[in-house]
Amino acid sequence: MTHPAATSAPGRLALAERFLHYAPAPESRSIVDIRPAYGLFIDGAFVEGDGERFSTINPADEKVLAEVTSANAADVDRAVVAARRASERVWSATPGTERAKYLFRIARLIQERGRELAVLETLDNGKPIKESRDFDVPAAAAHFFYYAGWADKLEYAGYGPTVRPRGVVGQVIPWNFPLLMLAWKIAPALATGNTVVLKPAETTPLSALLFAEICQQADLPPGVVNILTGAGETGRLLVEHEGIDKVAFTGSTQVGKAIARAIAGTGTGLTLELGGKAANIVYDDAPIDETVEGIVNGIFFNQGHVCCAGSRLLVQESIAEEVVERLQRRLSTLRLGDPLDKNTDIGAINSQAQLDRIRELTAAGEAEGAQRWSATCELPERGYWFAPTVFTDVSQAHRIASEEVFGPVLSVLTFRTPDEAIAKANNTPYGLSAGIWTDKGSRILWTADRLRAGVVWANTFNQFDPSSPFGGYKESGYGREGGRHGLEPYLALATEVDAA
Amino acid sequence: MMAKSGSAANAPETRLEARKTYKLFIGGKFPRSESGRSYVISDRSGRFLANVAQGSRKDARDAVVAARAAFPNWSGATAYNRGQVLYRVAEVMEGRRAQFVDEVSALEGIGRKEAERAVGAAVDRWIWYAGWSDKIAQIVGGANPVAGPYFNLSVPEPTGVVAVLAPQDSALLGLVSVIAPVIVTGNSAIVIASEERPLPAITLSEALATSDVPSGVVNVLTGRTAEIAEHLATHEDVNGLDLTGAPGDLVTSLAAAAAGTLKRLWAPSPGAPTPDWLSVPGIGRMTAFLETKTVWHPKGQ
Repeated sequence: MTHPAATSAPGRLALAERFLHYAPAPESRSIVDIRPAYGLFIDGAFVEGDGERFSTINPADEKVLAEVTSANAADVDRAVVAARRASERVWSATPGTERAKYLFRIARLIQERGRELAVLETLDNGKPIKESRDFDVPAAAAHFFYYAGWADKLEYAGYGPTVRPRGVVGQVIPWNFPLLMLAWKIAPALATGNTVVLKPAETTPLSALLFAEICQQADLPPGVVNILTGAGETGRLLVEHEGIDKVAFTGSTQVGKAIARAIAGTGTGLTLELGGKAANIVYDDAPIDETVEGIVNGIFFNQGHVCCAGSRLLVQESIAEEVVERLQRRLSTLRLGDPLDKNTDIGAINSQAQLDRIRELTAAGEAEGAQRWSATCELPERGYWFAPTVFTDVSQAHRIASEEVFGPVLSVLTFRTPDEAIAKANNTPYGLSAGIWTDKGSRILWTADRLRAGVVWANTFNQFDPSSPFGGYKESGYGREGGRHGLEPYLALATEVDAA
Repeated sequence: MMAKSGSAANAPETRLEARKTYKLFIGGKFPRSESGRSYVISDRSGRFLANVAQGSRKDARDAVVAARAAFPNWSGATAYNRGQVLYRVAEVMEGRRAQFVDEVSALEGIGRKEAERAVGAAVDRWIWYAGWSDKIAQIVGGANPVAGPYFNLSVPEPTGVVAVLAPQDSALLGLVSVIAPVIVTGNSAIVIASEERPLPAITLSEALATSDVPSGVVNVLTGRTAEIAEHLATHEDVNGLDLTGAPGDLVTSLAAAAAGTLKRLWAPSPGAPTPDWLSVPGIGRMTAFLETKTVWHPKGQ
């Protein structure tokens, strides 16, 4: 693990040293008040659950943040019953204009408590405060703002003049963007008139519990939103509950397939947003500096815990050496450490289990013959950390080129012709996202047409907006979240059966 | 001590209120008419309410300059930002409900309950249109499947400066119902308030001035509708004209005047019934003042 900047260029070393000597600039944790223990949020109130308690920890120092409750079968049942009651007695009869106003209130409350939510998210997840503060939380508020406006305009959405809600929705979300994934799930569900039972991830339940308080502050009718904490078993009980009309899941492809299997034949609706192994294609005429920044953002944003991360870099052969050299130089300036420090670029890995997974796959990469390079940076003693890592000489058969690492690890492959780039990019069971870097507009569009991926970024990466649909092809799942398209899964559309 | 309490006992039961001066709203400021004219506004029973500025040709021209100056930044703001600004107007209006109810009740000659309903609907109308800011492009724009190797995308864009003749009957709800659809898409507006019921328009201007609506995006003129409208209908830097509040006998002549610069027009059909302002609007008032831009780009290696 040599440091190219350290060995080849004293000027660059001086630059790197200057970066390293930034004074600490930690965001204060005092803004957020974490309770010692949390119950479940059912029917508008926090209640003691029947299940076991478990701890949620700060992955940056492994200290316990709070005790939370694992919802069991009886708890799931109570929440679904509350959601059904709210659906039938209150929410389905609430006019769209009034539903809209509840959602606008929620958007405003998220904005008002934005810093508090950001600090809490960073503590529970390990992501840098600059990301939770400048991305996760504002994007979550924007999502509620966007779907608020749809609540009384559904007849314009293009799904027919007589759209109805599905009823009670069961939602299970991952740990990589806890609050934002909650917003992606709850905002369109409520806008379309459904009620919700949501389970946040086992390792990141706290922002969802704070969101429950926000629902109370908004005077949202009891039972419209219910939050159940717990692990995989709670999620399984929820999505398989017979009172659920529609399931929305974001997480691993493996669990997504298990859900699809479990609810097969029940008539329950399902949308899945699963794993990815995005190709980030760099043509030889790409603007090199912007491209390097884009590659870094594509894979190292949120420690690479991003399902649409640009984890397979496909570089045209003639510029591969230069791109990799510049990439390594840029990665040497990233600051890894205290997620609450406003200068931190790379935070903590979310859990021991995820760190083990990343270590296993990177070890396999070395064993299979790829060349590993990791940025030299001091890793804190406590907590879960992994230095930004790049593999070169990667073949398509390597595990690091085909399996989702979900960490700060980039695999570099090369191509000679555009057709070869397309073939390699599509050579994966996944199809969530892709990137294209070139100065030529016609080539962007030619390439985009041929990529089997749900989101294609050109000369940019990891862009998200509430008005833009997101979701995958193939085994990255089905259904879209965001935009006008994100309404459809939550609506019961008229069919031939209605006419019969 | 006795003398003091004695004088307090002689004080009037209610204090004398400081009445508001109703002025124009141009470029974020509240000027009097440059003409120095004003006219009397009374309630339905003939009781004096206020002297209101009687806007002139020069005031209208100043308003066009302000609206034009505001257009680049307002139309260039993100749809999300414009949506939040409109929602903010609703929040600020909500806090002034009582004042609006007083004015609407006095001017429209309706009871408080009915006035409250109209004011509530006016607040909700801002919210309804706020939600359209980032959706209208998804409804009236989109990819066109042309038969060839081309990317082809149509997007709506605001037409520019729009002059709006506010309805004469519905002093607040009708007013909001014609302003919000014009500005939500990025146009800037010059509004001629209801001639005999202009007070809520000025109070609304005060809400707009404190709602993050940039100066010049909405300009409000009070005065004689026929007089001011003629100048705006022929003004070369006005791109659109909404004749909702035009006196019936003037619709044809104003529309003909607007034809001189091919202004985009929203005009009531001859003999059309008075709009029911409480009903949910369609999207016509937005699309009337939108252009469609279509972009082509080739696809190929």
